[in-house]
Amino acid sequence: MLVLGVESSCDETGVALVDAHQGLIAHELYSQVELHAEYGGVVPELASRDHIRKTLPLIRQTLADAGKQATDISGISYTAGPGLMGALLVGASIARSLAWAWQVPAIGIHHMEGHLLAPMLEDSPPEFPFIALLVSGGHSMLVQVSGVGQYQILGESLDDAAGEAFDKTAKLLDLGYPGGPALAKLATQGNADAYHFPRPMTDRPGLDFSFSGLKTFALNTWQNSPQNEQARADIARAFQDAVVDTLAIKCRRALQQTNLRRLIVAGGVGANLHLRQKLKDDCKKLNAEVYYPRPEFCTDNGAMIAYAGMLRLQAGQVDDLAIRTRARWSLEELEVV
Amino acid sequence: MKLLAVDTATEACSAALLIDDDVIARYQVAPREHTQLILPMCDALLSEAGITTAQLDAVAFGRGPGSFTGVRIAAGVAQGIAFAHDLPVLCISTLAVLAQQVVANKNATKVLACIDARMQEIYWAAYESDEQGMASLVGKEMVVPPANVQLPRGQGWHGAGSGWQSYTDILVQRMQGQLVAWDGALLPDARYMLRLAQQAYTRGEAVTADRAQPIYLRDKVANKPAKKPALSKH
Repeated sequence: MLVLGVESSCDETGVALVDAHQGLIAHELYSQVELHAEYGGVVPELASRDHIRKTLPLIRQTLADAGKQATDISGISYTAGPGLMGALLVGASIARSLAWAWQVPAIGIHHMEGHLLAPMLEDSPPEFPFIALLVSGGHSMLVQVSGVGQYQILGESLDDAAGEAFDKTAKLLDLGYPGGPALAKLATQGNADAYHFPRPMTDRPGLDFSFSGLKTFALNTWQNSPQNEQARADIARAFQDAVVDTLAIKCRRALQQTNLRRLIVAGGVGANLHLRQKLKDDCKKLNAEVYYPRPEFCTDNGAMIAYAGMLRLQAGQVDDLAIRTRARWSLEELEVV
Repeated sequence: MKLLAVDTATEACSAALLIDDDVIARYQVAPREHTQLILPMCDALLSEAGITTAQLDAVAFGRGPGSFTGVRIAAGVAQGIAFAHDLPVLCISTLAVLAQQVVANKNATKVLACIDARMQEIYWAAYESDEQGMASLVGKEMVVPPANVQLPRGQGWHGAGSGWQSYTDILVQRMQGQLVAWDGALLPDARYMLRLAQQAYTRGEAVTADRAQPIYLRDKVANKPAKKPALSKH
């Protein structure tokens, strides 16, 4: 079974081909990051307008990369939600119509299911059950994964997502947009002892997150600082340490609470090197294993959607002819495979 | 010629199939249900005709102006079907479709098509029918406040489209003496896109699937923030 996957939930267009036996065969990604940078954030209408220009050329390219033709495709999956409604609709309309015209089955995939199955595309994938930390610009959550479609949300962000907090704080520090990676880079030049930021919601039980207070803390710290380059780096360092520590504390709690020994980390913040090192050290102490997708599959991509689609289509799950999109959609509502 | 046309640019969702001289069509006013309806409509038409998408000669879609999201649904559907079988695509103006409906049904020769564009503006264009009874654009399509529309010359004009409903007073007053009738409830219907698409096909206006793109008319959709750093450097 060869499945074509299409992702268009936010500001990245992703297309991939996954085969049931050979795994990932080809993938292409187009990022709109430069388009939105001058607006200081994703402009939904511009995102949709770009998706409808880029999706077909990417599908064409992905098929060419793999040396595959229409007749080789046995199913199509696309991101049905959650995400920006206008952006989702573009990928969904194209993918669903293409499947209809090719007379192959189609299925709408939950974007976060794609993320939490992304480590499965690597050479030594984790076995079920495991804990998944999903941390991106749009989401922060801890999920107990017992199997495909068996997801229990253990905790999530009550306000800003972790990646959003990175980007907003980077903006405060005048590091541009999206400045999360720039902030992480600047943090390496900061002094760890210069400032100490709170670890939100770690002083009480539970696995929920709250990151919005940290950017206010960063702003106040800056205003009371010498306001030079070193202060900027020190604040970046203190901020990153606070986010990473908080995530690590909650991961540790989740593993202990569920008695599980495997942790997977996905989403754009999962590419943060400091977070990776911290979780590796912590998991070692707990005798647990930590798994990551390759960095390019931490962020949005078509491969994870093609993979999730392949699993569901193989299990006989098929959508009707509706072009399916849901801006809001809980992981816990998914059908079990 | 076997031609499939789809339109989802307004509250109406429609699909039509031309098979040589026969037309079969589906039309439903269903705001926010276009994604549920459009492919089942297409599927029903093809089943009724006993053909598959591979047997089509071309695909047409309402390329706007209209609801941004709605126009993209039709564009996405046209792209998907056309890409699947390497079919040519005809990108047809939704204003032209409105005009064609009036020309075909009201024995009119001059139509002012006007769709409410929200934000106190309208999409506006004038059409006159040619010898073959086809609505043909006079001047150009535009997005303007209703008080600023460019008025056509002469008498005998018919108004069509939601803009006539939203801005009846302003438009009717401005067109005093030039207007025969207006229909503010008229919505584009893919059935009337078929002949326009056939004509465009004959003229060699078909494009490849990748180029089946919407025309929004309103192209400024976001403001860039003033260049001011959140924190001043000292």
